Order: sequence, then structure tokens, then C-alpha cells
Amino acid sequence: MAAPMLRWCCLGRRWVLACIDGGSRHGRGAAIGFTSSRKRGQSSVAQQPLITAQKSRKGEHKWAAVVGLEIHAQISSNSKLFSGSQVHFAAPPNSLVSFFDASLPGTLPVLNRRCVEAAVMTGLALSCRINKKSLFDRKHYFYADLPAGYQITQQRLPIAVNGSLAYSVCAGKKPSQVITKTVRIKQIQLEQDSGKSLHDELRSQTLIDLNRAEGQLRVDANISVHHPGEPLGVRTEVKNLNSARFLAKAIDSEIERQIHELENGREILNETRSFDYKLGCTMPMRDKEGKQDYRFMPEPNLPPLLLYDTASLPPGADPQQVINIDWIRERLPELPSETREKLVQQYGMLPEHSFALLNEVGLLEFFQNVIKETRAEPKKVTSWVLNIFLGFLKQQNLAVNESPVTPTALAELLSLLDRKAISSSAAKQVFEELWRSKGKTPSQIVSEKRLELMQDEEALERVCHAVMEGHPQVVMDVKRGNSRAINKLIGLVRKATLSRADPTVIKEILEKKLSS
Amino acid sequence: QLGRRLSCPPVSAALKQGQITPTELYQKCLSLIKKTKFLNAYITVSEDVALKQAEDSEKRYKKGHSLGDLDGIPIAVKDNFSTSGIETTCASNMLKGYVPPYNATVVQKLLDQGAILMGKTNLDEFAMGSGSTDGVFGPVKNPWSYSKQYREKRKQKPHGEKEDSNWLITGGSSGGSAAAVAAFTCFAALGSDTGGSTRNPAAHCGVVGFKPSYGLVSRHGLIPLVNSMDVPGILTRCVDDAALVLGVLAGHDPKDSTTVQDPVKPFTLPTLTDVSKLCIGIPKVTLPFYYFTEMLSTQFPNLQNGDNNSHRCDIDVSTEAMYAATRREGFNDVVRGRILSGNFFLLKENYENYFIKAQKVRRLIANDFVNVFNSGVDVLLTPTTLSDAVPYLEFIKEDNRTRSAQDDIFTQAVNMAGLPAVSVPVALSNQGLPIGLQFIGRAFRDQQLLTIAKWFEKQVQFPVIQLQELMDDCSSVFEIEKLGSVSLKQ
Repeated sequence: MAAPMLRWCCLGRRWVLACIDGGSRHGRGAAIGFTSSRKRGQSSVAQQPLITAQKSRKGEHKWAAVVGLEIHAQISSNSKLFSGSQVHFAAPPNSLVSFFDASLPGTLPVLNRRCVEAAVMTGLALSCRINKKSLFDRKHYFYADLPAGYQITQQRLPIAVNGSLAYSVCAGKKPSQVITKTVRIKQIQLEQDSGKSLHDELRSQTLIDLNRAEGQLRVDANISVHHPGEPLGVRTEVKNLNSARFLAKAIDSEIERQIHELENGREILNETRSFDYKLGCTMPMRDKEGKQDYRFMPEPNLPPLLLYDTASLPPGADPQQVINIDWIRERLPELPSETREKLVQQYGMLPEHSFALLNEVGLLEFFQNVIKETRAEPKKVTSWVLNIFLGFLKQQNLAVNESPVTPTALAELLSLLDRKAISSSAAKQVFEELWRSKGKTPSQIVSEKRLELMQDEEALERVCHAVMEGHPQVVMDVKRGNSRAINKLIGLVRKATLSRADPTVIKEILEKKLSS
Repeated sequence: QLGRRLSCPPVSAALKQGQITPTELYQKCLSLIKKTKFLNAYITVSEDVALKQAEDSEKRYKKGHSLGDLDGIPIAVKDNFSTSGIETTCASNMLKGYVPPYNATVVQKLLDQGAILMGKTNLDEFAMGSGSTDGVFGPVKNPWSYSKQYREKRKQKPHGEKEDSNWLITGGSSGGSAAAVAAFTCFAALGSDTGGSTRNPAAHCGVVGFKPSYGLVSRHGLIPLVNSMDVPGILTRCVDDAALVLGVLAGHDPKDSTTVQDPVKPFTLPTLTDVSKLCIGIPKVTLPFYYFTEMLSTQFPNLQNGDNNSHRCDIDVSTEAMYAATRREGFNDVVRGRILSGNFFLLKENYENYFIKAQKVRRLIANDFVNVFNSGVDVLLTPTTLSDAVPYLEFIKEDNRTRSAQDDIFTQAVNMAGLPAVSVPVALSNQGLPIGLQFIGRAFRDQQLLTIAKWFEKQVQFPVIQLQELMDDCSSVFEIEKLGSVSLKQ
């Protein structure tokens, strides 16, 4: 049927999200999650009584928030999870729909091997236990974009459980104040995606596209608040968030809303909400009324999914028909944590830099290509890539692969800098020029703009001498012990040389002269 | 191809030898279909499609390139199998006008062997029923209502009118297919079997009704009733023909994940001579099956609301309103009742007490069979039905649910266990109507089961239905009778 989806449930520890003291509600520590097990689409949290007997007085008790995330991630595969029809981004509506996708009577689901492999890989990458036997279920509800009247998912026994993900978070204002946190992954399950609905308000109709190759990542957040030590509060679900930024905003605003409601003596409804981007807060979704019973039942047309490892593989098994977890594990690509560790070891870079390099698509590759082509120190390269290069990208909202500056160009520039052929301020100028006009090499730009550092020391000495002659007062200041005055002299010399002299060399010469 | 048959020429041999051509055979069957229209066995007669198929078959025979024993043989298919380009209704308003774009795997396999698809046969709506009386196109009449054997017993005049208000039901839900085969309008028909829907009408219509092991034959394209119990069924006039068709249909289908992977070779049934070592078990039937089957039949919530070409009511206020009205208009009471029951049993608060419990009982039933077969029994033997065919007017005195519960009593457990079973006509009742006996075999021992059934068939020598007085043109019937079966009747 649909584009295959992986669904992750993230759980973390129930730590305090925010300390409320005298009305302050800020501060985000760890991302948190559910500990309650979700039975059949309903949370057991919802059934726990909320303690209303003790009315919380404003500002007195601390609040803890519990957040669980349901992440819908589309698997990168050529065909859909159950139907064999292809997956292509942005194909014309309903052009990639098989008979099964359209729920024509008599059609049956057939599991896509590649999707199962992707799920296993994801499970392994997230340190989950892979269930050697997992089951498929039907989740029934009626909606125009679900022609079968049910969605095939893995409710009872999903393919992977009990994983975790380590991540870093800024604990303070300085970038170096990074701490590592862990979030629990409750489970990973394979499921069908529904079709896409386009609501045409004008003609009071909804158009359905059953291709389903849209929305590569979607998150639903489940949020509740409670006082530490007390039972969990009623949760709400905020659906269909598709960017990390809005996710954070939505969660924050919902936590605020819930605290506000509770502190004013009201109750939280177990409901589904959506996030209004313009207003910056969550709103109840009109079309969901009350709790829905999805009438889960086993999917009768898909036998249990059996996975093997090398030890349990039946002899003479057809490799086309079986999936070997060990084989997949061996073929896992290097995971980000490993890559970051290598970067720190190899280049002596700070951990936060390794995170930054991996957080932007293509940036690591860019960095490594620059390193390959220059003798400049890795620390210099890191600094240039993360500060200047990345800065320019962000300013113009470009992706790494859209950069007008190639790794080769940057490498060449850094080599010039390393050789002291140009000063660092000159280098920045060159970079700007590289960014603006493609096709020119750094060397070309340097010679065009005459940015080469003065190599002639004698000439430089003459300039220094001239400046000292022209500013006797400043010279006096220096001799009197004002260490900062020398910077003025340096500045004057630089100006005189049109920034073509290396400030450190200038300083050396001046100091020599001043001490004589 | 050689050595499958032994003595007097069956129809496929006749075709091969040019004694009759596919188009001639087609014409004869078509003419019989028209003459027996009052039976209401067919919902759709695909005249033009079948003629083209017959012509193609004829060309092949002329060149000596026949595809096999089924090449040129007229068949019929129950109207819950998807047939490309031919309306598929499940005898429901919901699918009236629905023309599928694909063939069910079993249909495709038959067509690939050169079979001639004469039409789609009538059934209970969505195969829910045991009488073939509850479809929107009306009930199917049992050909035996008009047989000499029956009428003589009722002391009716040999030349009685066709219109007989006390006509008999065929049983169901594959009544149309059973009637089509019994009335010689085709040589084989596909039915479906979820609780006895192939075996029951076979018994009432005096034909062979075979239910294969679950997982042996593909369900892709069979519009489901209970996914874990449905199988395509085969209706023929003799056991050899059923075996022939099974040989074509059996085998793994990548489009149906519930079919087994093991390769299946086509086979010919051996002729048993010594059955002294065979152990036939006869069970005492005491279990009240029905309530459990109802709970198991909970896969109705997924019944399609309809699609592009199917029924849709005019309400457009909201999707929900449209769905509700469409369901009321499109489904009959039986179907709606079962859908609602299914939804009820799957509610969270009921799941454990009903659905899970039913599954457990099902497991016990399946285990019972395993134990019996492990104790040395080769096949089980039971009556197929409680009685011979009853008149329609009597049948409808009880509702569908009650009838299904009663009529499936010998057959339902077989579907729960996924075993192969076959109903073989044995004798006429004292009303002159067919009685069938059911053999039940071990899972995937379909061939062995049919071998025993074939031996039995030879022992009992069930009489041919005598429909002559009904037909204006007796010759058609005579000729088809002579040809009798695709394969051989000793």
C-alpha cells in the first residue's frame, strides 16, 4: 500500500523539565518520555486519576513534564511496504497506486523485504533488541484517505524494542557546556502510511492522493505534566509536526498551557491537538471526538515475520527468503557516535565541533575533502568550516551541496593562509569574493586584489620606521609601558601597507625597534 | 499429457481427436445456460469473451498446440472472484457495476490453460449464507427440483411446468456454481469455501465439491469472507476432474503470503484397488460450532466501502454520512449484521472475552483433528449436510444466521483446522434427492484424500440427473451427458 513507515516511540526518564519558582517556567533540560506502556493505542496514563484533591497553589510545587514522541519516518525504498508499487517523491497524484493501494476487493498485502531490512538496521543503530518474531495487526478507522478502512501496523509485537539514543544538549550559554543525555526508544514498528488528503474548502470536497510518497518525517508528541512523586497527568497528543523547530515550540507551549490550566483549577482533556504555527500554540483538533477504539486484530493475510541470526538460521535456507540479523549488523554503516569519536581522536577537535560537523547534511564530507587537499592544521580547517563557511551558508539559507565555494577552493585558500602568503583578514576577503564569483581560484583573487602579504621585510621595516616617526606620542606611550598602545602602531602600519603585512611580523619589527 | 486417462473418451480427448470443436462445445453449453436460465445460476454470462476464448482454443487445437486437458473446456466462476473486464458483484448492490482490472490468480491459471469462462455464478451476498438465497439477484434453484428422480417421488407429472413454486434450494453459498455444474452448463466451476460453501451445495446438487487445504491454493483475487478460513473450492461432476483442476490451481503465489512455499507437481489420481489397510474415522458431532464461528468471522469490519466503480449513495454532506448511507444501501441485512457483530467483538473491552476465546477454541478444534489423524485414522467420514435439499419456502422460515449455524455443522470445523475435505454424491434420498458424504483428510494430503474419494465414487455409482423432460432440445443434454466429464468416468 503506502510508503513504508517506521514508527519510533521515544521514552526518556521522567526528569524534571522545568522548575517553577515564582512564575518562571523556562529551562529545558533533557527531553523526556513515557514510561507507561501503551496498550492498543490507548495510553494507560489516561486512565490514572489525576489528583485534583490537592489543589496546586501557584508557584509552590515543581512541575515535571513527560513527553513521548511518535516519529513517523519514511523508509527509503523503491517500492511500498505491502504493495510492490513504486515510491517516488512528487509524482503526479494517484500515478503510483497499485490495486492493493486502492484496496480493490480481493487484493492482499505482500511484505517488502527491503523495508524489513531497513527496520532491522534502524533497530540495530538505535541499540534495540530485534524481535525475531514480530506480528502485523489491523488498526481500524474510517477516513477518506484510508480506502481499506484499516491500516496495517505492528501493535502487539513490533520488530524492535527497548533501544536508546545518546545525544548532546547545550546545558548553558557557552557552546562548550555540552552534556550527553539518553532517550529511550520504546519500540520500532513497520506500518503503512495513509493517503494524502487535500481539503478543498471552496467546493466542500476532499481530494485524495494515494501515492503516499510525501512527508518523509513526521512527529506526534504526547505531553503531560505532573508534580514529581505524584501519578502522571492526563496527556494530550499534538499531531503532525514536521520540523524540529516547531516540535520544540509545540511541546513548550503545550507544557505551558497545561501548567496554566492546572494551576487555575481546570482539568486537562485527553485529546488530540494540532499546533498553530502562526499563533504559536496548540489547538484542539475538531474532528477527533473522544477516545477512539481502533478494534485492533491480527492481520490474517500476513504470517508472523520471522528473522534469524547466524546461529538460528535453518540449514539450507534460501537466502532470498530469510533475513539474517547478523548479516545486516555487519553491513551497518559507521554510526554518528563512532564518526564523532574518530574526529575527536584524529583531529583533536572539541566534541561540540564534532556534533556540529555531523549536524549539517554534507558538511562532514566537505570538511574531509578540504582536509585532504590542504596542509593547514585541522583546527584551522575546523574553525573555518564551522564558523565562516557554515555562517555564509546559513545567512543565505543554502545547503552544503549548494555552496558556491568548493572544498578545493577552500583548501587552496587555507593553504595560502597557512603559508602566510596572505593575512587572515585578507583570507576572509578572498572567501567573500569566492562566494560571490564562482570560477575564480583563491590565487587569482589574491593577485587581482593584490592581497599578498608583504614578503619584503626591509620595506616593512621602512614603513614601521615611518609610522613611528609620524606618531611619536604613541611611541612614548608604548615606552611608558602601555602595552595596548602597540596595537595602535600595528594598526597604523597595517593601514599603511593596505593590510598586506602580517600583524605578527609587524609586531616583531616594532618591538625590536622600540627596544633599541 | 499422456497416460492420464484410460478408457472411454472424455471430452478433452474428444476435443483432441476433433470429435468436437471448442466452439461447438461452447455453443452447447451456452445453449444450456439459456435453457436453464430459470435456475438463476448465473449472474453474468460472458458470451462474447467466452466465444473469443473458444475460437482461440480451436486455433490451437488445429495446430496441435493444445495447452492441456483444460484447453477449450467451459468453466464457470463464482461471482466473488475478481475477473478482469467482467463485472464482479458478490451478489451485492455494493459492487454492482464493479468491473475489476485484474484476474484472481486461480482464474488466471484456468485461463492460462485455455479454459473457457462461460460466466460468473450466483451466491449468497458476500458468500454469507448456506442457501444461495440471499443475494441481490435472487435465489438459485436446485436443478434437482426439475429432475425426473425427484418429481416421480413427489408424484408429479413427468411433463410438469418449469415454474414450480416449491422448488428446492441449492444450498450455499456457492449454489450458482453447483447448479451450473449439475445442469451441464459447464464442466467445472470455482466456488469458495469458508464454512462449507462449496461442499454444502455440492451435496445438495449431486456433484463433487472439493475444499483444498488452506494455503495450497491462492486467495489473491478471492473477495474475502474470513481471511483465515476461506479457500477457493472446486465443483465438478467427478473426482478426477476435481483433481485435474486442483493440479492447475495449487501452488505458491507470491501475491498471497498465506500460500505455502513447497512446490506442487500436477498429479493423476491412482486407482485404488485394495483399501483394506485404510482407516476411516467417523466422528461423533456434538460441539456447538456456530457461536465460535461467528466470533471468528470478525473480519468484516474491513469489508470495502466500495471503490471507484461500486455503489455510492448520493449523500455528500460529509464522508461519514456518505459511508453510513452507502452501507445501508449497498449491503443486505445479513452482511450489515455480521459487520456490526465483528465490530462489536473487536472492541477493546470485548476482545479478550470473545475474540481471543474464539481463537483458543479454534486451536482446540484444530488440535482435535491432529490427534485423530495421529491415532491412525487416514480420513474422516461424515455426512456433508443434515438433510437433502429443502424447498425454498421452508428454508426461509428461519433466518440466515440460524440456517448457517445448522447447515454448517459438519463442514465448519474443517475450515477452522484448514484441512482438505471433499463432498462426494453417494445416493438419492427417499425423496429422490442427492445425498453427499464428506471425507476429511490431513493437511496437505489433498492428493491422498481425492484418491480415496475416487475409489468411493466408483463404489457408489451415483446416478446421473435426469433432466430430459425439461429440455425442449434433448440432444444437447444427451451429448453433454455422454461427454460427461473432462476426464474419465469408469
